[in-house]
Amino acid sequence: MYKITLKKQLTKDIKLMGVLAPHVVKNAKAGNFVIVIPGETGERVPLTIYDWDSKSGVVYIIFQEVGVSTVKLGMMNEGDSVYSIAGPLGRHFHTEKYGNTVVVGGGVGVPAIFPIARALRSEGNRVTSITGFRSSDLIILEKEMGTVSDKVITATNDGSSGTKGLVTDALKSLHDTGEKIDLVVAVGPVVMMKAVSELTKQLGIKTIVSLNALMLDGTGMCGGCRVTIGGKVKFSCVDGPDFDGHLVNFNELTSRLATFKAEEKISLEHCKIHLAGR
Amino acid sequence: MAKKERLKVRQQAANERIRNFEEVPFGYDDNEAKLEASRCLQCKNPTCIQGCPVNINIKEFISQIASGDVAGAIKTIKESNSLPAVCGRVCPQETQCEEKCVLLKTGQAINIGALERYAADWEAANMETKAQVITPVLGRDGKQIKVAIAGSGPAGLTVAGELAKLGYKAVIFEALHLPGGVLVYGIPEFRLPKAIVKREVDYLKTLGVEIQTDVLVGKSYTIDDLVQDGFQAVFIGVGAGTPSFMNVPGENFKGVYSSNEFLTRMNLLKAYKFPEYDTPVKLGKKVAVVGAGNVAMDSARVSRRLKGVEEVHIIYRRSEKEMPARHEEIEHAKEEGIILDLLTNPVEIISDENGFVSKIKCVRMELCEPDASGRCGTKAIPGSEFIMEVDNVIPALGTKANELLTTNVKGLKLNKWGYIEANPETGATSIPGIFAGGDISTGSATVIAAMGAGKKAAAAIDIYLKAK
Repeated sequence: MYKITLKKQLTKDIKLMGVLAPHVVKNAKAGNFVIVIPGETGERVPLTIYDWDSKSGVVYIIFQEVGVSTVKLGMMNEGDSVYSIAGPLGRHFHTEKYGNTVVVGGGVGVPAIFPIARALRSEGNRVTSITGFRSSDLIILEKEMGTVSDKVITATNDGSSGTKGLVTDALKSLHDTGEKIDLVVAVGPVVMMKAVSELTKQLGIKTIVSLNALMLDGTGMCGGCRVTIGGKVKFSCVDGPDFDGHLVNFNELTSRLATFKAEEKISLEHCKIHLAGR
Repeated sequence: MAKKERLKVRQQAANERIRNFEEVPFGYDDNEAKLEASRCLQCKNPTCIQGCPVNINIKEFISQIASGDVAGAIKTIKESNSLPAVCGRVCPQETQCEEKCVLLKTGQAINIGALERYAADWEAANMETKAQVITPVLGRDGKQIKVAIAGSGPAGLTVAGELAKLGYKAVIFEALHLPGGVLVYGIPEFRLPKAIVKREVDYLKTLGVEIQTDVLVGKSYTIDDLVQDGFQAVFIGVGAGTPSFMNVPGENFKGVYSSNEFLTRMNLLKAYKFPEYDTPVKLGKKVAVVGAGNVAMDSARVSRRLKGVEEVHIIYRRSEKEMPARHEEIEHAKEEGIILDLLTNPVEIISDENGFVSKIKCVRMELCEPDASGRCGTKAIPGSEFIMEVDNVIPALGTKANELLTTNVKGLKLNKWGYIEANPETGATSIPGIFAGGDISTGSATVIAAMGAGKKAAAAIDIYLKAK
């Protein structure tokens, strides 16, 4: 059991949580993820590590309440304990001096690019952050991204804040200003990562994406998170989660992510009925 | 000699048990155990003991059961084996102790496995487990000497139990949220109830063993971290781990689960209780398991028990004679109505318009001359391809070395398959103070083989620490 030390509501359904887990924090690096089980009957849910504090041993995660597990997690409060948290998992983000870099985050993918931007910057790269949201009320981490970026571009689909349009529009505009981009890192919904990768392929810019495949153990034992990269099968938990965006079979990933769509609905309904009965 | 014939263990009828996840054999009652034990000839030279990878004094414990001293029997067993309730259930006795039983000549070897299980279950029902008093082995700093163990499967649990009995502080680090390794994620409830694994783990805790779940050695803590934290030796028993696939087209369609994934969903995460438990599993009416080892039998029998599943096939490229699973498992599977498609090999998985598995294309095989491994080679019969309608495919084709830990340790020598090179007699690796055993050094084997390796490694660690 691991104590929740902090809980903050970021938007209507996005929450930040701090969990006391020194074993996760000790060797945590940008790009690592954890697997969390809210309660004893829960699922193992992979969540990217947003931040960590080596002194206190607290790891910070940010999640959107979309399924039964994130809803259950969201109902827990400071002082409560999560049943299980394992990590740090996955290969961490490989940082080197690239030059001019752009990190692109969509929605709840933004927390994942925060530590990556910080790591890139600490290696002496110039970092431009492009974050995209549907509308202004869904914007998260605007201030925080500013602390780890040389420049922040916020885009909203409806134009209610920042520039109007998608992150790909913002990226294209940035490129069109003549700025030479050496690396793009994109994390967010699969459609977004796919669109960014298609654009950067045309533009000839190396692109890294972080894949959110379904997982169980996160240690390479079950193979449920297999993805196809350049025609080869890889396990996103141990071979990733970062891959070359130009090689990812995004359509297969999208299809596999929908494996349990019907069950996820049943599960959420069951949870809600159970809660209503309390 | 009271009775010549081996006493059958009563079990759930096949048509009953395919509707539940309860244990299949009921085990002996007091009377039956006594009767079976009294068939033992009490040989002067008990060959059965040589057949046991952990050298249980089988002759002695059987004689104790025969005389009604079950408490004595379990004590005898536990001198050599920390997990008797597990071994009594999942050991392949027919190729170990029972194969060496002199009564085998009459076709009626003593049912040693069932007697071991009986003694362990009797203890659980009749005796209270209390914390044991063991004199700690102290280091130069006056503190108890600590040993780190990566992995809480059969190898790790055995090392921990043995070292704790010798007075060392054994700390197990387990990557999953429950201890037991393959005993909890792999072996199904109806073969090994999880409450029994918990009981065995609790017993180890009474010996002073500490277990930290959710910790991955190599990730959460490196071996260097552990050494810095004062651990004087490390045992690596993380299992083989990574599933093999068939490498045929269509393997990433929805509805294809590796046996590891399927069994983990069902056993560790209790998907058969969905939605009471949150983890789902989705099986259609027809399930095809590919492979014929114990894990394939487990996958098929678990599938058979899931609501909505009507037909379960086992697809295997050789014939029944070559099936590597235990005879008992194959029999149980057949009794439960599992269909064996022998001399058959998948060549492609086909999906419906939504990307879910709908068919599997197979080819008929024939056996030819034995290959280098001594097993029959196989070849496809040209033009014999055919299509089976299935909703799921579960490849159960064994595992490969999991590199998660091994590639994170500098200087650790691996063999060409990626398994750790460890001395089979001591578990010693290329790095002094680091020992290894179980599937991560041998490749996929059995629970008891891992326990045997654990026992030898514990003895070697003791010698190493004393000489240090």
